[in-house]
Amino acid sequence: MDGSGDPNAARKAWLSVLAKAQAADVAALWAKAGYAPDHELLRAPEIGAVMVRGRAGAVGAPFNLGEMTVTRCSVRLGSGEVGHGYVQGRGKDHAIQAALTDALMQTVDAPAVEVAIIAPLREAAEARRTTRAAKAAATKVDFFTMVRGED
Amino acid sequence: MYVAVKGGEKAIDAAHAWLAEERRGPEDVAELSVDQIKGQLKLAVNRVMAEGSLYDPDLAALAIKQARGDLIEAIFLIRAYRTTLPRFGGSEPVDTEEMACDRRVSATFKDAPGGQVLGPTFDYTHRLLDFKLAADGEAPSAPERAETPESKPHIMSFLDREDLIQPEPEGAETPPDLTREPLELPAERPLRLQSLTRGDEGFILGMAYSTQRGYARNHAFVAELRIGACAVEMDIPELGFAIEVGEVELTECETVNQFQGSKTEPPQFTRGYGLVFGMSERKAISMALVDRALRWKELGEDNVGAPAQDEEFVLYHADNIQATGFLEHIKLPHYVDFQSELELIRKLRREAMGRRAHKEAAE
Repeated sequence: MDGSGDPNAARKAWLSVLAKAQAADVAALWAKAGYAPDHELLRAPEIGAVMVRGRAGAVGAPFNLGEMTVTRCSVRLGSGEVGHGYVQGRGKDHAIQAALTDALMQTVDAPAVEVAIIAPLREAAEARRTTRAAKAAATKVDFFTMVRGED
Repeated sequence: MYVAVKGGEKAIDAAHAWLAEERRGPEDVAELSVDQIKGQLKLAVNRVMAEGSLYDPDLAALAIKQARGDLIEAIFLIRAYRTTLPRFGGSEPVDTEEMACDRRVSATFKDAPGGQVLGPTFDYTHRLLDFKLAADGEAPSAPERAETPESKPHIMSFLDREDLIQPEPEGAETPPDLTREPLELPAERPLRLQSLTRGDEGFILGMAYSTQRGYARNHAFVAELRIGACAVEMDIPELGFAIEVGEVELTECETVNQFQGSKTEPPQFTRGYGLVFGMSERKAISMALVDRALRWKELGEDNVGAPAQDEEFVLYHADNIQATGFLEHIKLPHYVDFQSELELIRKLRREAMGRRAHKEAAE
């Protein structure tokens, strides 16, 4: 998707969209799409933590900043595709829906799933980002200098 | 000596029932929802996440409700919950250069590329109580301005180009973790930064203020302060590549401090660094100042004996949960301990009085 030649770029992109999406948005889109693929749980939804790291001075030695909650889940479709969901927060349904979406994105149905689930989530994220950026831009300082004359 | 004492169960049950009732407050007033706390007391939520060391706004809001607004109690609840979570791994270090900035200001360069973006700040407010907030009012709305896509490079990178700022040394890929291993001294900078970012805001602020007042002279300029959302990327073993597992709001503060040079270093600016969960500006600036003060040894500066230079003092007293746990335990029953103290003081008094009586009799 980012044209970097990374063979995993597309999957990485949709998994990242699913991880950062609002759980309620994923649930609503999932319900609307009406997907109910035959599947088994390889790993039941599990709530855990990821240690978030920063760097000293933004560029130096890594250090531990604190943890964030993450829920993960793995599924296998009846047709064999394995999907993984890692999502922010403590949403077990969110994690299952992300894993199922990941699996479906590996099937022939991928274009339809992209339209039904991934694209709306990406657009919602972009809209949230753009709104905040526009509010931030309104608070950008335009400096002006009082001209004091040349002589 | 430890002696188990039974009793008090009924009193404790009644105390907890009363606590629940007091928490709810008057029933003719609507109950506060967790979503209201999350959305309207966001800075309290941020503090609980930062010092609780767990980024989860829903949990932090719940903890604040349960703790009746006592933020240290709420942090305690979050710390306790945190220990029940399995850890899936550690993230890649967040790339704050790519932060979607709500706020970004520099106190050192007026015309910083990317501009001075004030964001939703208390600065320039008059600190006058706004009684309109006590009445129901219309929802306020912020103006928007078409965004000009503009990168916001770190201000430090400009000084870096001229070699005017001390370079940041690279460190171990996996940093030490004080939540897994007891804090040992001397502590490397990554460990100090972890301790500071989860340390008590009031304590870190006090320490930072002491450096400004002259206890460890390091006049700091805020080269840059930025607040906004950063993606968190983690390597997923079953995938074999990294994905973004979420997004966190962060406050980052970079200070430049004058440095006269030492036996080993030429004169140049040095850095202090603060990075904190949420919009936590006071904490991030404080952290940067204390970080800088603690770096005296690696910069070859003199130890002037200032409290903020003493890493044992700072790091061992920064954690408000450790502090409050030890402090508050002294109100719990110490009947047996005190009984022995009582015995001892009676004995000492008896002896002292006996000696005095003996002396008086001799005179």
